[in-house]
Amino acid sequence: MRACRPIATISAGVGAMIRFPALLYRSLLAGLLLTLPHSVLAQGWDMREGVTDISQRIQTLHHVSLFVCLAVGILVFGAMFYTIIAHRRSVHPEPANFHESTKVEVIWTLIPTLILIGMAVPATITLRDIEDNSDADVTVLITGSQWKWHYQYVDVGIGFYSNLSTPLEQINNEQEKGEHYLLEVDNPLVIPSGLKVRFLTASDDVIHSWWVPDFAVKQDAIPGFINEAWTLVDVPGVYRGQCTELCGMNHAYMPVVVEVVSAEEFNTWIEDQRIAMELAGEAAVAARSRDWSMEELMPIGEAVYIQHCATCHQPDGSGQGITYPAQAGSLIATGPVDVHIDRVLNGVVDTEMQSWAPQLSDLDIAAVITYERNAFGNDMGDLVQPLTIFNSR
Amino acid sequence: MIAHADTIPPARHPLIAWILRWILTTNHKEIGTLYLCFSFLMFIAGGAMAMVFRLELAQPGLQYLGADFYNQMVTLHGLIMVFGAVMPAFVGLANWMIPLMIGAPDMALPRLNNFSFWILPFAFFMLLSSLFMQGGAPNFGWTLYAPLSTTYGPPSTDYLIFGVHLMGISSILGAINIIVTIFNLRAPGMTLMKMPLFVWTWLITAFLLIMVMPVLAGAVTMMLTDRHFGTSFFSAAGGGDPVMFQHVFWFFGHPEVYIMILPGFGIASQIIPTFARKKLFGYNSMVYATASIAFLSFIVWGHHMFTTGMPLVAELFFMYMTMLIAVPTGVKVFNWVATMWRGAMTFETPMLFAVGFVVMFTIGGFSGLMLAIVPADFQYHDTFFVVAHLHYVLYPGAIFAMMGAIYYWLPKWCGNMYNERLGKIHFWTAVFGLNLTFFPMHFAGLGGMPRRIVDYALPFADLNLVSSIGAGILGLTQFLFLYIVVDAVRGGSGKATGQVWDSAEGLEWTLPSPAPLHTFHKPPQVD
Ligand code: HEM
Ligand SMILES: [Cu+2]
Repeated sequence: MRACRPIATISAGVGAMIRFPALLYRSLLAGLLLTLPHSVLAQGWDMREGVTDISQRIQTLHHVSLFVCLAVGILVFGAMFYTIIAHRRSVHPEPANFHESTKVEVIWTLIPTLILIGMAVPATITLRDIEDNSDADVTVLITGSQWKWHYQYVDVGIGFYSNLSTPLEQINNEQEKGEHYLLEVDNPLVIPSGLKVRFLTASDDVIHSWWVPDFAVKQDAIPGFINEAWTLVDVPGVYRGQCTELCGMNHAYMPVVVEVVSAEEFNTWIEDQRIAMELAGEAAVAARSRDWSMEELMPIGEAVYIQHCATCHQPDGSGQGITYPAQAGSLIATGPVDVHIDRVLNGVVDTEMQSWAPQLSDLDIAAVITYERNAFGNDMGDLVQPLTIFNSR
Repeated sequence: MIAHADTIPPARHPLIAWILRWILTTNHKEIGTLYLCFSFLMFIAGGAMAMVFRLELAQPGLQYLGADFYNQMVTLHGLIMVFGAVMPAFVGLANWMIPLMIGAPDMALPRLNNFSFWILPFAFFMLLSSLFMQGGAPNFGWTLYAPLSTTYGPPSTDYLIFGVHLMGISSILGAINIIVTIFNLRAPGMTLMKMPLFVWTWLITAFLLIMVMPVLAGAVTMMLTDRHFGTSFFSAAGGGDPVMFQHVFWFFGHPEVYIMILPGFGIASQIIPTFARKKLFGYNSMVYATASIAFLSFIVWGHHMFTTGMPLVAELFFMYMTMLIAVPTGVKVFNWVATMWRGAMTFETPMLFAVGFVVMFTIGGFSGLMLAIVPADFQYHDTFFVVAHLHYVLYPGAIFAMMGAIYYWLPKWCGNMYNERLGKIHFWTAVFGLNLTFFPMHFAGLGGMPRRIVDYALPFADLNLVSSIGAGILGLTQFLFLYIVVDAVRGGSGKATGQVWDSAEGLEWTLPSPAPLHTFHKPPQVD
């Protein structure tokens, strides 16, 4: 560790040095922004500053490299436009005939090299800090699957799925889009402020990438491997991001929402989650200890279908080609009920049809199967009870 | 009469004779023309796909396409532009110009030449036919990442794999031909260090092709065996690693991006001296810079994979090497500016495209340098910022260079001058459309818009609308370009002289315009 100390000192020095251009940049930017229409501003023009030390240092790195590029650009393009104007044939008919100069060439090889070294030093220091995953206070295992995130708090044994909550009507332009269109979920990840949170990323199917711009955390979730990243957020709030690795059809519909709360609130929240899990357990027992009627199951099933199944199989059950088979009149939905249950519980290996057993309750699965067998003109008339599902698991 | 017996084909229907002539030709100029026409066709096809998805992206929400079809369009657009438009265009140009520039009667291996071209239509027929198959076309991006392309790929993926094999064979054969031609058929007196820069850059490109196309072939073959023969190269469940696919792909992929730009460097180095009426500044350093870029391109592939969980030392290594590429790249840009410095410049269309190339390619180089900074790349990676970067290097880099080259040499090919006024209009509308399309993407990316998404959050709406409008304009300019070329072939604005451009230097300008079908029967003497 001792060997690192000088580097840290350099780091502080460089940090102070690079604040200055950042300031200059901001004022320049502010000037620019005044001249632009408001609606465009909604997005901003700069890399997000974010809310962590790392995200702010990264933004500074971005500003520094942008400044270097702007400066070099002004020099090179300036020289070029000067020569384009001053050395046109009409004003400068006699071309010079020099065509090499070792001195100049050595200079414009060396100076860029030095500039690059100057850029590499702070980048290296920041990178070293980013890759320091040690001493985390809380660890969350994040598992991507098509197209949702599964969050598990490994130290306390709590876990849940996080799905896009934007209604299909908004996506299909049948309803006005909300403020957080495509960046909203049913169950956000909750983490404590002021503590170092470690994220382990993994995947159940294809490669996904978990990104929260305001934390500057982007880590691929790779099937069969576990990656590490961390953050430490001081400001409570809600932070939004998206999956950033093409992961199939609904890649655009896999948002990340993180709620940062104070450490006490976090502990209460964990306790609530525990209780909720127990209650859900009791509810499940209650659910499978009685028979449900068609009238009860159908609305529950429809809601589950719309939330989890409709993106592939379509709200009207018409499917999409061979990849996402139709439910209306399908062999499974109109065939033997145990095959249907097996398909929903266990999915089909190596396809987007995943196993729903870990994500949905007995009641939800019973309801959605009942719904599929009776909606879309399938009219099978049969009912599936939660107890049947419980026994088939 | 008897003497002609072997050259006059037996009486055939003229149409059939005409078709056969193009199918069987071994003439480098005709094959060059075939390549150029084919690549333009592919350019239009790939561009049409871009129009389709830009239309969808003009507004948030789903309007015209399904999410899966959107992914198919993005994938095919990338593959077609890289393998169908840019690469064949440059090979076509090499076919036309390398023999003329080095004083050779033809390419060294004319039949092979014919074969390498005629593989391509079949390759792209296979690739495009996937659109009509059950399950649709490949939908996992041009980078073909496993396991999305292996375990989860649609059935048509196999057609893509064989298509890529065919393209690879075509490229390798073409590259071999170019290397053999340059090494063996130079006119007496033309030493390596006297070769025009276009020839130099192509020589180096050809070596890159020979080294990396087999790697791509290996990658897609492993995909194939993973898909059908029970191997698990890229599946952790069987002991493989999906990230290994990325390593293999980018070991091909990064040199590939230089395959798409080095010939462009060569073109700019031909055009700028002509219109600055001054010799190229720093010929030697241009050659060395090109060679070092080519060398470095083999050891930077990891910069596409910073978020895959590489160890710190690997991240640092790839960051430093990537930053290093900026040095020789900078040297080239400085040399071009120095060539213009105190020249006597005029700005005919080829020069406009060359200057546009230098300026906008440099902007792409800048964003490349920014992407190399690993911590910042964690924010940029897989966002529209990368899309902006790659289009700034590739559109002005490859396409502008190519169009400049066509304006520059077209009078030599067809014997007529193109319409200069329309050429200038083409340039300026293209510059306008290009920047309108791609510049806003920087901001969308910085603001947090991932790439390859069919639908996006509301704050990105304005920027995307602007991009889509720009894309429409850019799309329309292609038809203006087509018109200008066809018009020139059919007479244009008058006959061109042999010299065409007053101070152009090089063996190609010693020939009459149009260049006769057979040239340099007797090698010229170069002093
Ligand atoms: C100064 C030179 C350059 C540097 C430092 C550079 C750096 C980079 C980096 C770091 C990335 C990865 C970004 C990411 O995915 O996070 C990238 C992507 C890319 N670059 Fe460059 N680049 C340079 C020049 C070029 C040139 C000349 C071309 C092509 C003519 C090119 C084409 C591409 C393409 C196609 C991608 C994206 C590939 C994909 O993910 O689909 N770059 N570049
Ligand atoms: Cu690269």
